[in-house]
Amino acid sequence: MDLRVGAVSRLAGRTLRLIVVLAVVAVVAFALAKLSPIDPVDAYLGADIARVGPEQRALIAERWGLDQPPSVQFFSWLQSLAQGELGYSMIYNAPVAEVIAERFWISLPLVGTAWLLSGIFGFVLGLAAGANAGGWADRVIRLYAYVLASAPSFWVAIVLLMVFAVGLGWAPVCCAGPIGVVPEAVTIWDRLSHLALPLITLSILGISQIALHTRAKMAEIMQSDAVLYARAQGAGTLDIAWRHGARNAALPAVTVLFASLGELFGGSVLAEQVFAYPGLGRAVVEAGLRGDVPLLLAATLVLTLFVCIGNMIADSLYAIVDPRLRRPRPSRVGHG
Amino acid sequence: MAELSGTIDDVLQPRFGNRALTLVVAAAAFLVILALPIAASVLGETGMRGDFANRLQAPTFAHWFGTDAMGQDMLARTIHGLTTSLWVGLAASLISAFVATVLAMLAAAGGRVGDTIVSVLIDATMGLPHIVLLILICFALGGGPHAVMLAVALTHWPRLARILRAEMLQVRNADYVIAARHFGRSAWQIAYGHVIPHLLPQILVGTVLMFPHAILHEASLTFLGFGLEPSRPAIGLLLADSMRYLTAGQWWLGLFPGLSLLALVLCFDALGNGLRTILDPRGAQL
Repeated sequence: MDLRVGAVSRLAGRTLRLIVVLAVVAVVAFALAKLSPIDPVDAYLGADIARVGPEQRALIAERWGLDQPPSVQFFSWLQSLAQGELGYSMIYNAPVAEVIAERFWISLPLVGTAWLLSGIFGFVLGLAAGANAGGWADRVIRLYAYVLASAPSFWVAIVLLMVFAVGLGWAPVCCAGPIGVVPEAVTIWDRLSHLALPLITLSILGISQIALHTRAKMAEIMQSDAVLYARAQGAGTLDIAWRHGARNAALPAVTVLFASLGELFGGSVLAEQVFAYPGLGRAVVEAGLRGDVPLLLAATLVLTLFVCIGNMIADSLYAIVDPRLRRPRPSRVGHG
Repeated sequence: MAELSGTIDDVLQPRFGNRALTLVVAAAAFLVILALPIAASVLGETGMRGDFANRLQAPTFAHWFGTDAMGQDMLARTIHGLTTSLWVGLAASLISAFVATVLAMLAAAGGRVGDTIVSVLIDATMGLPHIVLLILICFALGGGPHAVMLAVALTHWPRLARILRAEMLQVRNADYVIAARHFGRSAWQIAYGHVIPHLLPQILVGTVLMFPHAILHEASLTFLGFGLEPSRPAIGLLLADSMRYLTAGQWWLGLFPGLSLLALVLCFDALGNGLRTILDPRGAQL
């Protein structure tokens, strides 16, 4: 088979799989939301519940289509989704698309930068550890990565908050900007200082996975014949680590990075909660706690799309790294 | 949480094949885990009653972890919280391991269709950020401690299911199984004689290594405010409470419960690695 035809059919197969996965997630998420004993009309009314009679309640239910059977509701929901209508968020009193877009732009600098930083530092630490496998640097880096990977992420956030915000007073305690200041007056410095602690939390947690993975790959490379040959020719460890190690270990590290988007978002949900950072993660938690079904469902689909595209990129990269994966039906090799 | 390529024993003792140390660490970890529910039942209500004369005290010899705003002993609350985590982890691991095994068997026995359905299910569950799936299930069940427990129990199977599915495919196509089939062994005899002995250790180790994930997710959910029931101690709840006092400098409320949870997670990892060392035939010794 022509290589290019193979690539196209692989991509088509993956896209089909993505659509199937999204459809399954949509059905399951909708069914879970319908299963909930929390009545959406009650959730919407909140404290006003005593002032609304049964006729008005029936009117609201009819307006939202809640009097229809679930399957009809599901298809009308899908239909409006197809038209780009995500619904109306009760708790933020705004269209869901607007809420998600606004929150997304608040979360993106946090999650995106953390993603890059954990990739870069994790890779460098992994190289350093793997190049001197068994040495003291290797032990320190592995101990760090191992303990951080086992620590509750929100507790790491709390500890950083205690030390740097409360104890040393270097960073603000909460939020994405100073309280009581109009958005126009917030300087870029304010934003950065509020971003610092959540960002550090996510980065030091994300580093461990990349570092452990790169280290394992690097230790394997250092045992290879090519490296032995280079040593015989008189190359130094640094030279070998750069010319042979970094090049060969880079692609697997990038792959792991793409496959870890879901975990990164999970960490961001908790960090946003600790630092009261008003991003997408907090919106999802609020929607779940207060029963904002349209927001919860839309956010679920958007996030699933993101994670699945990340996984797809990771899969494609695996195929590039390992030509053996090209011929048979591509299957996912690892998730972390 | 990462699938770790190194273990704590590697860090302490990087030479290969040091079984003795791995097993001693695992046994010690097992004892610590066993001691938790015993300590909780021995303690009973000790330290759990409010004592306003001793509220918000920093750690002392009488109260190792300090006291909270009600004057309750934080050590006692932490032990009870960890015991709760232990039960949630146990339920979650057993249920998830069962689901994973059943799905892997379906994938192996159900032909192409069964295999496709199972792998789409695995993909869909892993495509959703785990925390979002947990929140959805909590919402579907109306919140409360039972919702948290069920959500955690029902979502930890995909990783193990994927490993078991791959193992099953491998064993089924292994030369010795093909040979057994040619000798006229029935499907049941092959399953009993070849597949199950191969998978059982994997299931056992996978179940133990599921504990840490389940425990951390339970703590995260309660921390976020799902499954709130103040009378039932939980580490997530203790840490959520501590947030109100951190700015006032009561650091011990936040530090110790989280540190204890980290210790428990490390214990389960050590136990899982010990089990793997015992069960791995390549390292077997008499």
